[in-house]
Amino acid sequence: MLGGAACLTFIRLLKGPTLPDRVVAIDLIGVLMVCILVVTAAATDQQAFLDVAMVVALISFVGTVAYSRFIERTRS
Amino acid sequence: MMEWLSGGLFVGGATLALLASIGVLRMPDLFTRMQASTKASTLGLGCLLAGLTLQDPEFAVLIRAASIAAFTLLTTAVGAHVIARAAALTGAPLWKGSIVDERPERDPGDHYH
Repeated sequence: MLGGAACLTFIRLLKGPTLPDRVVAIDLIGVLMVCILVVTAAATDQQAFLDVAMVVALISFVGTVAYSRFIERTRS
Repeated sequence: MMEWLSGGLFVGGATLALLASIGVLRMPDLFTRMQASTKASTLGLGCLLAGLTLQDPEFAVLIRAASIAAFTLLTTAVGAHVIARAAALTGAPLWKGSIVDERPERDPGDHYH
């Protein structure tokens, strides 16, 4: 289910008519990655996956903000 | 009982994440897409984390799940606002059925921030 969600978001990432559309898609892919890591932590009973999920969430947020700054900076 | 509850939360969370990505794929313009993505993905991740905590009720799991949930709740809102601001400033196209457009008319070379 989560893999299907990631595939659909990738379609939007490839199609996306403007750059902010792609940034939204990348943001959602980051959240889906965190979701997949949480499910993996539940399935394998390894709590280390939760630490990884936290780091992925952090870096995804920083990436989103950086992209938005870039879009604002380079607007014509 | 607890297994059923946590399993239901897992399925519900995965369904919400799938709905978020369907919304991102199907919605007509950037701002409605963002609405689908941020809300549904935050709620979906919250459901998954609640299911994980119910499945394995230890303090180490609880504190990590709670910090991920709190962090996501904070950053999703801030990130969505920042993207929306960048898109509005660069003049992203609205859906043709949109009724209100409160963005000021843009002049070339106009900086309003």
